[in-house]
Amino acid sequence: MSTDSIEGQADRLLLPSYARDDSSHPALDTPEYRSTSLRHPSEPLQRLPQNLTEVTGPVLGHERVSETDHDLTIQHEGEPLGERIVVSGRVLDSDGKPVPDTLVEAWQANAAGRYRHAGDRHPAPLDPNFSGVGRCMTDEHGRYRFVTIKPGAYPWRNHDNAWRPAHIHFSLFGRAFTQRLITQMYFPGDPLFHQDPIFNSVRDPKARERMICEFDLDSTIPEWALSYHFDIVLRGSRATPFENEEDDDDD
Amino acid sequence: MTTEHGGPATTPSQTVGPFFALPGGLPWPDGPEVVGPDTEDAFLLRGRLLDGAGEPVPDGLVEMWQADEHGRFAHPDDPRGSSTSARGFGRCATGSDGEFWFRTVRPGALPTPEGEWEAPHIDVTVLARGLLDRVVTRIYFPDEEEANAADPVLSTVDQQRRGTLIAGVEDGAFRFDIRLQGTGETVFFAV
Repeated sequence: MSTDSIEGQADRLLLPSYARDDSSHPALDTPEYRSTSLRHPSEPLQRLPQNLTEVTGPVLGHERVSETDHDLTIQHEGEPLGERIVVSGRVLDSDGKPVPDTLVEAWQANAAGRYRHAGDRHPAPLDPNFSGVGRCMTDEHGRYRFVTIKPGAYPWRNHDNAWRPAHIHFSLFGRAFTQRLITQMYFPGDPLFHQDPIFNSVRDPKARERMICEFDLDSTIPEWALSYHFDIVLRGSRATPFENEEDDDDD
Repeated sequence: MTTEHGGPATTPSQTVGPFFALPGGLPWPDGPEVVGPDTEDAFLLRGRLLDGAGEPVPDGLVEMWQADEHGRFAHPDDPRGSSTSARGFGRCATGSDGEFWFRTVRPGALPTPEGEWEAPHIDVTVLARGLLDRVVTRIYFPDEEEANAADPVLSTVDQQRRGTLIAGVEDGAFRFDIRLQGTGETVFFAV
């Protein structure tokens, strides 16, 4: 967001103001997800004004991303096993404006539901051709695109016979400290949703839907890969009348 | 679903989970080094991330964001104009004992829109398995008594808990432990 007139700049600092969106997010204290019990603050959060440190954020450039980082299927000698998919969409803010040139990081389990991580003891095979890490920058329209394989579901020990629905982790910076977001993208119609305390930690069913990608036949690559569309929405900065044009409202 | 502005509603947060530290993943090799080792006046900032039982959190990710030593940001929304090429950002995965570290410089004081001055500080994001959303805190410096006393954020924090936001000094480095819950719980902010 641009700063409008800065008369008397030295003594009058005009900063963008990012909309609060507490109702979108899960409570830190969510007893069904057992690991929250000793890790959630028991004191209420104190409100922090949005001053210079909060309305700025790291400008992480293209030097963090190589040509092949967005394609998790070509990072090794051979191809990973699994169902090849394209995951693409836009990073927007809640004013409907695209967030260009921002780093998107993603990570996931392999097709068998196993992470390449020493702490993952699920007895499913590792895939020598899959690391499960991707990154890319959004383009000038806020668009991003990953090529990967569909991750598998996997068991965990939260409750009796607990399984995580298939998901891909996303990490986003936006352009301000206030916009930092870590989330998980789920797949449509997953039969494991009802028993997953992490997915259901988001209490509003409409908000939960915003974590589920859409199957997108139009952008499948015929005879090669299926495709899913997933838009990610970060907090918007309060639009000034000037910027509130009707050009980029959607969804 | 749309917001009051007619734009789309935000995507919910989810936990970073236990497996973000995949090879080549979130813990960047240069993550903790906000400045290089030869930078003038660079110091180490060390701490531990602890849970409500006082046990280390060995699968957390701590991130920090700050101004440069002159109180400037290389960012278009700093209306004073950019005067720095400093990265200002650090990221460190916690170790088996919950420990994390950064190498950085002391940020400058910052003006606020209300005409006050914020004491030198570092904004911190904590992510971990068991944290469904990030938690945010601030690090202030122990030898800035005057600036800290005038800081518009610190002064709103209950005096009994204010100390949780002020780093200590230990072995020539600053020390800032983060207690997620319970005795000595760190003050966390909603931004």
